[in-house]
Order: sequence, then C-alpha cells, then structure tokens
Amino acid sequence: MHIPDGYLGPPTYLAAYAACAPLWAIAARRVRQMLSARQVPLLAIAAAFSFLVMMFNIPLPGGTTGHAVGGVLIAIAIGPWGAMLSLTIALVIQALLFGDGGITAIGANCLNIAFLMPFTGYCAYGLLSRLFPSNKGKALAAGIAGWVGLNCAAFTTALMFGIQPLLHTGPDGRALYAPYPVSVAVPAILLEHVFLFGVVEALITGLVVHYLQRSRSAWVLHTAAGEAAR
Amino acid sequence: MKEFRIFWISLLVMALASPIGLYLPRLMKAGAAWGEWGLDEIKQMIGYAPAGMEKAADIWKAPIPDYALPGQEDAPLSRLSLSYILSAFVGIATCGGGGYLLARWLTGGRGKRGT
Repeated sequence: MHIPDGYLGPPTYLAAYAACAPLWAIAARRVRQMLSARQVPLLAIAAAFSFLVMMFNIPLPGGTTGHAVGGVLIAIAIGPWGAMLSLTIALVIQALLFGDGGITAIGANCLNIAFLMPFTGYCAYGLLSRLFPSNKGKALAAGIAGWVGLNCAAFTTALMFGIQPLLHTGPDGRALYAPYPVSVAVPAILLEHVFLFGVVEALITGLVVHYLQRSRSAWVLHTAAGEAAR
Repeated sequence: MKEFRIFWISLLVMALASPIGLYLPRLMKAGAAWGEWGLDEIKQMIGYAPAGMEKAADIWKAPIPDYALPGQEDAPLSRLSLSYILSAFVGIATCGGGGYLLARWLTGGRGKRGT
C-alpha cells in the first residue's frame, strides 16, 4: 500500500501534499493540547510499532504481498491525531531510509495510511464499542475497526492508482504513470485487503486490545476515550 | 519508563522476528505488493515502461533500499535476514527517536518533567 515514486502524476501527489498540510498542522495542535506527559513515550513507541508491523509481509500464495499497519490500534491508544503523527513518522522514515514508498508520494501515503486509516477505524471503534461495552465486546469492536480502517486506506490507495490512466495517457495510448484503471486497481487491492491483510489487521488490533485490557498498562486504552469526552 | 518496559520488550521481539516477513513470501512464492513493482516487472506486465515512471526512477536513492544493505539485494536469504533485523533496529531508533522528540517538542518538555 506504499505508493512508490513514478506511480502518481504531479497533480495527484501535489494535491495529496496540499490536503495533508493542514491535517498535519491540526494534528500538531491537537497533540499539543491533548497529549499528557504520561503519553509522550507512547507516541514514540507507536511510531516504532507501526514501522515494525509493516515489516511483516504477508504473502498471498503465488500472488502479491501485503501487511498490516496497526494504525487503528494506535488511534485507540493515543487518539487519531496522535496516530496520524506517529504513522507519518514511520512513513517518512520508510520512504527516506528504505525506499519503501516514494518521496513524491509521502503526502498520498500519509493521507491514506496516516489519516484515513486511523480516523475511519477510530470512528468505527467509537460506534461499535458503544454497542458492545463489555471488555470482550470492545476487543471485538477494535478488531472490526482495524479491518475497516485498513480497507478504507486500501480503497483510497487503489483510487489514486486507478485515476492515473485517466489523467495521464500519452497520444500513443501508453500510460505515463500507474497503468491500471480503477476497474482493475480497486478490485485487485480491495480483495486482498478485505480477505487477507485486513483480517490480519483485525486479529492484531483485537488481540492487543484484549491483552492490554487485563495488563497493568490498561490505562493506555482509556486515554483516547477521555479525549473524545473532553 | 518502567511502565513502558513491556512495550519496548515487545518491539525488541518483533524486530528479532521480523525476518518472518522475508521468509513467508518466498516460501509461498509471492511477489511484490500490488502497485509496488519495479520497472522491469512493469515492463513484463504491460509490455513497456511508462515514461513518467522511468523518469522517476532516479528521484531518490535510499541508503538501505528494501531493507537490504546496498549491493546485497541478491545476497543469500540468511544474509538478507540479518540486514532485515538491522533495518528493524534502525527503524525503532529513528521512529522512536523521531516520535519522542516530536512529542517532547509539542508538549513543551512536559514529558520530561512528568515521568
């Protein structure tokens, strides 16, 4: 799901940067207001955690690979704006040091993975955990929310790929950037995330929340709820 | 920092286990992620390399491309695993360090006084 350099034309990646800029500014302000002293190390841990989760490539036998992100889990723990900042750090490091995701596409990747994923997942978790307020219910809600968040990000990533042939096709009919249209990109990316990578994301999110609930670190799970109430 | 010890230990374990993410795809004969193909792969798939994509190939040279030390991309899997674990630790240090500095800066050093 990390869009590399050369797959998006300048209009798309510049628009994505432009969309991200105010979101980063709001995230910084919200984190400044909301992050308690106790949570400061959590933002660092969250960034490192998502970096590591994304290293665990999951194969689709004989096909492509993908991975979970941990973005919704982080949003549940430190709030969606904090999640946006930690995921942005991981994505920037991946692009700069490891060539995983393009430099030009950092805005696009952050919009999908660092913004849409934690926010859609966080909303889903808010709704579902109200429906199932028991501890088990909340862990289940977190799992489903993880699945929702990853698939939302996968969908917008696929859209970005898919609109490229519409925007940039040479006079000879050859694509200048990502060559596959929406009708190919969206099913291809969404199917593998709906049935495989999203399920792994759900398991990770649900199981870690389940574990945290009964651990000494259970306070981690209550901070974001407190933020919503404020 | 004590209350975060379990988290840091978890990250350490994840880093040491990270080569699973390298071996599993090879075992199952899975290729690149959808939309993350190299130029050669694209050429094989659609018969040509898109012009814009070709131009973008040299925009950035990452120091540790694809989590392998430069020049070792085709090294044996055991060597690649070591690079992978090393990359994981570089990731923990840079992401953790970056996240900590950013959070400290945003909270105006509250993090230091608070703990």
